[in-house]
Amino acid sequence: MSPAESLSSPSQKPVEIGVRGLEVGFGGQLVMRGLDLDLLRGEVLGFVGASGAGKSVLTRTILGLLPKRAGTITVKGRDIDAMDVAEREEIERRWGVLFQQGALFSSLTVKQNIEAPMREHLDISPRLRGELAMLKLSLVGLTPDAGDKFPSELSGGMIKRAALARALALDPEVLFLDEPTSGLDPIGAGEFDTLIGTLQATLGLTVFMVTHDLDSLYAICDRVAVLGQGRVAAIGAIDELLRSDDAWIHEYFHGKRGAGRESAHRSRGVVKV
Amino acid sequence: MRGLKKFHRESGDSPCGFFSWMKPQLMTMAPSIAAERTDEGVVLRLSGDWTLRAGAALEREAEAIAAAGAGLGKAWLDVSAIGALDTAGAFIIDRTRHELGAGGVEARLRGVKSAHAPLLDEARYRENQTSPPRRPYLLTSLVADIGATIVAAIRDLWAGLDFLGRVIAAAATAMLSLSKWRVTPLVFHLESFGLRGAPIIFMINFFVGAIVAQQGILQLARFGATALTVELVGILTLRELGVLLTSIMVAGRSGSAITAEIGAMKMREEIDALRVMAVDPLQALVLPRLGALVIALPILTLLGDVASLFGGMCVAWVEGGVSPVAFLAGLQEPYMLQRFSVGLIKAPFMALIIGLIGAAEGFAVKGSAESLGSKVTASVVKSIFMVIVLDGCFAMFFAAVNY
Repeated sequence: MSPAESLSSPSQKPVEIGVRGLEVGFGGQLVMRGLDLDLLRGEVLGFVGASGAGKSVLTRTILGLLPKRAGTITVKGRDIDAMDVAEREEIERRWGVLFQQGALFSSLTVKQNIEAPMREHLDISPRLRGELAMLKLSLVGLTPDAGDKFPSELSGGMIKRAALARALALDPEVLFLDEPTSGLDPIGAGEFDTLIGTLQATLGLTVFMVTHDLDSLYAICDRVAVLGQGRVAAIGAIDELLRSDDAWIHEYFHGKRGAGRESAHRSRGVVKV
Repeated sequence: MRGLKKFHRESGDSPCGFFSWMKPQLMTMAPSIAAERTDEGVVLRLSGDWTLRAGAALEREAEAIAAAGAGLGKAWLDVSAIGALDTAGAFIIDRTRHELGAGGVEARLRGVKSAHAPLLDEARYRENQTSPPRRPYLLTSLVADIGATIVAAIRDLWAGLDFLGRVIAAAATAMLSLSKWRVTPLVFHLESFGLRGAPIIFMINFFVGAIVAQQGILQLARFGATALTVELVGILTLRELGVLLTSIMVAGRSGSAITAEIGAMKMREEIDALRVMAVDPLQALVLPRLGALVIALPILTLLGDVASLFGGMCVAWVEGGVSPVAFLAGLQEPYMLQRFSVGLIKAPFMALIIGLIGAAEGFAVKGSAESLGSKVTASVVKSIFMVIVLDGCFAMFFAAVNY
């Protein structure tokens, strides 16, 4: 049995992605210092931390975009370093990633962007591919005419939605979201939260979400992990974190901006228990 | 079980026979259907995993449903035995239901698992999702393309003149106030266009000078005029080849860099940022680059001339037995200085045309990576073309004025 599985208690959901003793550094600087983290199947895990604490570094390391110096990353209990190329590709096909700036291919239309991963990995007919692309487009709340637009013709919110549609193209099991609501107006951000929540419930996704948006944390996250000093400083349901006496966590949730959100959500009874 | 028809394999009987070669954790059950006549009518039982991972099998099974249901007045789609379902599976099931409906078959779902219900609802079929692409006629589109290209070329020339005018205006403004002179970027670009380009420009001119000398010796030997090789190399290099080769090299090296830099800044709204800071992008970006090119190209041409003569001298010495002293003496005839100046006069104009085209193409870049690539290509092709056209114009001009 892998270390990731042995650590999770039987009452919990199974571990989708387990990170143990992760160390990542650039030059002489160590950004991750033995980080442990479990992403449970079917949960929405919010990931917060000060700017520059390494949230994106962790995401990129799990995605295999950055090399790690030490530690293991397991997917469904299997060490990704021990996997062969084909298996690794299988895993990557089951992951969808929403990059912070969207990372849409600028020379393809939105529809072609969504079709791109299907074209690479599936042997389905062009007709079904086109229909599925339009389905994904409507799932993320874009109108069909957005499909023929190029990324440079889209607004910030539309780029996020189009990028989410592309991330969902292969019906992933795990969705990585890097600051999904940054740069959106409060209404747009709220809609995006609802959208992610709905999709997660409908498609049974496991969501790993890096965010600074306190509303997102309250609205859709099952658990929240706080990154500090290259480790997970605290992890748990948001109520547990609200009771934390760590100075930074306290400031984050009970500071000027955090306190207002907390009371607002409490009065509306939105806080998940 | 009274089977009416059986389509493909029934995965329930052989859970992994067909897919046994797959790794266990990646194993999926192929989607399949079986039709069955019951008291309530025909029931089409769907089983297996109806997910994208099945790929083409998903579409085959959907066609099988349509085939099995065709001609019936009413049919049940029993989805209770489906294992995994994703948006693609849900979509294709609903699409098939609609297609049956269009054929007069009233198909209904039954046995929907609670886990699948939201998916089947969210991913339902939507009409008219894709508009078929229009196929243009080949002949008319050919004519239209030719017309569009000509119009684009005229507009291009017009835009080029417009750009030239604005650069001149910007330069005139800069001339009036010394504070608008941007010395640091000018020196920076002088280094990247001039100093960093010197080795490669020396090399190509050296080789071309050597080749000209070698051919001169071979061809002129038939007339016993090997001694004229010195004149040949001198005239050809100083008047034409030195400045032409250097300009082409600079167009490829620095013209492309100017387009790419300005184009990337345009893509990332950096040009707009300059504008709203009340900084004229032409003054901040174009003038230093143009200035650096106008200074660097004559210097590089001089270097190229020297390299070319040096190459010619080496070959003349080794192949033709013309000693370096004799070679240099041969160059010291009175007309050589004039020829040298003809080449050098052309250099700043070449620099201007390369810089202007490079910058204009850079500003024409749109949002996509593809557009950046095509503009950089256009910049290099246009500037090399214009360099050669300009050289031809100069040749006619100098012939007319007898210089």
